[in-house]
Amino acid sequence: MRGKAVIAGVGHTAFGKLPGRSTVSMNVEACRKALEDANIPKDRVDAVFVKTPSSARELMYGQKLTEALGIQPKMNFALDQGGAANISLISIAIMAIDAGQIDVALVCYADNPRSGDRAIYSRPRGDDAAYGWFSTAAGYAMIHQRYLIEHGARPEHFGAVAVACRKHGAANPNAQVRKAITMDQYMASPWVVDPLRRDDCCLVSDGGAAIVIMSAKRARELGVDKPVSILGFGHGNTGWEVPLRPELTSTLAKTAAKTAFAMAGLGPKDIDVAELYDCFTITPLMTLEDYGFCKPGQAGPFVSDGCIEIGGDLPLNTSGGLLSETGMPGMQLTIEAVRQLRGVAVTQVKGAKVALVSNQGGTMHTHATLILGN
Amino acid sequence: MADYPLPQVTELTKPYWDALDQGHMVFQRCNACANAWLPARQECPNCLKADMRWEKASGRGKVVSWVVYHSAYHDAFKDRLPYVVALIELDEGPRLMSNFLGAREALRGDLPVTLVIEREQGFALGKFKAA
Repeated sequence: MRGKAVIAGVGHTAFGKLPGRSTVSMNVEACRKALEDANIPKDRVDAVFVKTPSSARELMYGQKLTEALGIQPKMNFALDQGGAANISLISIAIMAIDAGQIDVALVCYADNPRSGDRAIYSRPRGDDAAYGWFSTAAGYAMIHQRYLIEHGARPEHFGAVAVACRKHGAANPNAQVRKAITMDQYMASPWVVDPLRRDDCCLVSDGGAAIVIMSAKRARELGVDKPVSILGFGHGNTGWEVPLRPELTSTLAKTAAKTAFAMAGLGPKDIDVAELYDCFTITPLMTLEDYGFCKPGQAGPFVSDGCIEIGGDLPLNTSGGLLSETGMPGMQLTIEAVRQLRGVAVTQVKGAKVALVSNQGGTMHTHATLILGN
Repeated sequence: MADYPLPQVTELTKPYWDALDQGHMVFQRCNACANAWLPARQECPNCLKADMRWEKASGRGKVVSWVVYHSAYHDAFKDRLPYVVALIELDEGPRLMSNFLGAREALRGDLPVTLVIEREQGFALGKFKAA
């Protein structure tokens, strides 16, 4: 299936605080912009796949969205899979196109935890709340701590990810936070849940993002400008809650990457730019290892010395990622990869031909990988 | 006293909490395949059969990982800051979330620990200290 489907258009709302906007409204704005970018009318869309909003659960969400979009597509569903859902939905769209079920798909996501309800991020974790076990961050902190134990990593290794993402976000006019930080500022940032510092943690953001998927053939017929080719995708599910995992410092992101690389016929050395899900700094460090960019325990040294900054060997999260552009879970990473391959990114990586995107969700429960080329 | 987030005891989990109330920890073991696990569930997650028993744990284990809360997500924990939530692996295999009691400086990966029963509003919880 390598190269048979393309991303034909991308669109997103402003990122940050958008009070008064419903998630449906933000999805509609993002979809409208993605359709305008692809230069196709909405009545060509025969599938709408949407990631369910995390902060405000609604039944039959996909159907509410198509009502607001004024279309009655062949396929329409909402996926609850955490932050891996966007790439999963892209994959499902490609397979449905390949199976002749649909022609053009909109894949989208919106949420408003910043101006709306963000209780989910500080939630009690079942009966373990009796031991004070609360919040999303704490689960990642538990993995982060085990990584420190097993690999003797230094705080500066995590800091290097934060510094790079904040530097890239500072250059991005659409970023929610445009304030670069130094390593000293990272080290001085207060604990959220030790060993997580504030600057290890992604933003909480309102916003929406959407992309248009179609076959490469249909994109040629419709005269789509600068379609970006989908070379590979893959999935993996660690699935179990953190305390039940036999291993904490590696996940089934390995399987997602292996599948995507095999489909693309490529390996880590072929990647020009990487957009790795950075909900917390431990996540891209482990992703670099699980994806084969470096050996287990070596991600810390790998990200040091500017390697992951623009001009380095592997520019990472070139629009700021979840740490700086928007805390929205994942779609913006694919959109930035598209900009890089179209050659229109603010922090353009010279000659970028192949981009890799990782998505993951829960507390590293779900994993999905996307490889794009131009 | 702030309202404490006590466990929601169900028919399934009652034997676990009752055992702590009596001073020891238990876990589930499958009669069909001998797999051992926590928390309580209705089928063995290895062989999927619904034929298991509760077995008494030695109370010994080790620290897999831990985090330190410096701010409280619930009023009941405001006066306990900073406190440690630790991931414990029992000698018998099952893993669980708990609290580590004692000096944080003593914490290290794979630190041997032993069970301590502490009560919150009369409800027995299973916590751990350095062995």
